[in-house]
Amino acid sequence: MSDIPQELKYTASHEWVRAEDDGTLTVGITEHAQGLLGDMVFVELPDVGDDFEAEQDCAVVESVKAASDIYCPIEGQIVAVNEELEDSPEQINVNAYHEGWIFRIQPVNDSHIDELMGPDEYAELVESESH
Amino acid sequence: MSKRIIEQQAETLIFELSDQNRRRSSLSPDIDVDKACLELPAHLQRKKKCELPQVGELQVVRHYTRLSQKNFSIDTHFYPLGSCTMKYNPRACNTLAQLPGFTARHPMAHTSMSQGVMSCLFDLQNMLTEATGMQQVSMTPMAGAQGEFAGVAMIKAYHEHNNDSQRNEIIVPDAAHGTNPATAVMCGYKVKEIPTNDQGDIDIEALEKIIGPQTAGIMLTNPSTLGVFERKIKLIADMIHNAGGLLYYDGANLNAILGKVKPGDMGFDVIHMNLHKTFSTPHGGGGPGSGPIGVSKRLQPFLPVPMVGHNEQGYYWISEKELPLSIGRLSAWMGNVGILLRAYIYALLLGRDGMKRVADFATLNANYLLKRLMAADFEMAFPERRASHEFILTLKNEAKKYGTSAMDFAKRLLDYGYHAPTTYFPLLVPECFLIEPTETESKDALDAFVDTLIKIREEAEQSPDLLKEAPFELPVRRLDDVKAARELDLNYYLSEKYFSKDSSQD
Repeated sequence: MSDIPQELKYTASHEWVRAEDDGTLTVGITEHAQGLLGDMVFVELPDVGDDFEAEQDCAVVESVKAASDIYCPIEGQIVAVNEELEDSPEQINVNAYHEGWIFRIQPVNDSHIDELMGPDEYAELVESESH
Repeated sequence: MSKRIIEQQAETLIFELSDQNRRRSSLSPDIDVDKACLELPAHLQRKKKCELPQVGELQVVRHYTRLSQKNFSIDTHFYPLGSCTMKYNPRACNTLAQLPGFTARHPMAHTSMSQGVMSCLFDLQNMLTEATGMQQVSMTPMAGAQGEFAGVAMIKAYHEHNNDSQRNEIIVPDAAHGTNPATAVMCGYKVKEIPTNDQGDIDIEALEKIIGPQTAGIMLTNPSTLGVFERKIKLIADMIHNAGGLLYYDGANLNAILGKVKPGDMGFDVIHMNLHKTFSTPHGGGGPGSGPIGVSKRLQPFLPVPMVGHNEQGYYWISEKELPLSIGRLSAWMGNVGILLRAYIYALLLGRDGMKRVADFATLNANYLLKRLMAADFEMAFPERRASHEFILTLKNEAKKYGTSAMDFAKRLLDYGYHAPTTYFPLLVPECFLIEPTETESKDALDAFVDTLIKIREEAEQSPDLLKEAPFELPVRRLDDVKAARELDLNYYLSEKYFSKDSSQD
């Protein structure tokens, strides 16, 4: 069973979402997702200031196995991106939930956060997908 | 023992064999090159010496002969690379396509002097049209990817011609080849992905939800990359057509249905064929490929030119004059003519009945392999479904029990003289092998492959490191995929090796 921190929210497309004190959300891909993808070789980040709808593709991670779109978990505007991933995409493999964060977004409507999956629901999803 | 090691050493680069005192081969012209070059106009003369290796003739011959002996090919080994149709290319196709009448013809030769080759191309157009059930075929695309581009460009041209320009989405299933969404994006479309259900069919409810006035078309592979036939194809075709969209057929898996089911009958508006897969032209190593496209009546006016036409004066090139709405030209001449000729000869050798046998034996071989592997307790991704010409095996149980991944199995297969099947594609099946035996393999070859997989699984149980550290028998061991992707090392004269050699000479 891969690591699924209790304090985070999740999406069915394997992004994690952390609510920050300033009202923004930090987004990355889960431990489970990085394990499936394998060693990262490239990350394409969105631009700060870009607006995205929920479930819109907004970044790309490329591993030795595949290139995968990262979907925006919630409608909002990008306020920061993890530029260090451009030179060291392997941070996603090393620590998906901390140094491996991909972008921060200012949501248009906070209440949509509750529609994301909790850790237990996400754990069930991971379990069901591996059978 | 020592003999084997010598044979399996990695070959040095030809640049490393260079020595400035070595020059001249028995084929080089007897002229003073330095002097001859001075006669060139000044602006064409190099400022700097051209960096080429200086190697003796025998060294060159040995270097390339050794490299050729390391080649892995269908001529030497079983090559079950799923979705690639690595079947045997009959020698006759090569031999006949190289007749001097074909190879010596200049592409600008007048049509009156090209009637022979044009008659072959005209016949091939007709045979491909007949085999796919489409209205007309254009053979100018130089490869499958270009054929795909041409196909979606025609869909776009069709909608624009009908002033229907709000259509900006192409639907692609999640199991599709990566080229499908890439093509749609290259043509300026947004990609809408739809999921596959647990039986390998397209999720019709999900499809229903995303179809609308913005739908330009859908790109499908049938049989799909999951190795099963899309059973609801007729319904899907009706749904898309009713919404005003068009259907694109990715011909990657045409081998499974050749002569049996026609994409035209399934309702497709445009198809690309990979002649290097289905019609047995040279394959792998980057081409030359060939990706003819066939269209339904709707898209006929938009076909790329040239094509070969025929009237009372004989064969002629169909150009933009006759087809003013054509999306234009994709190559300088008529595509890869040498490759088209090979496909033409292959089609003639098979004949109508032979084409059916391609599909018969491609699917029989795949299903035989599938049953034998299931009997040996390997797990299939879609055990309820009959395989098409390929099928998916999942090695997730072996990964759990022995800690050996599909990649480890693939690497160990290399040691036993097999090209590994396609690994980790389609992405939605964990630890998967996509296996395509093709129709040209014998039962003995298939049995031997199954026995080898069983043996490797025994190794996984008893000594998993044999898999994790494989391959042992090849010139190189495991390559560093990450380093290869991030630190490209393609130019010897910019490499560390060159600089270290250079400084040691000082």
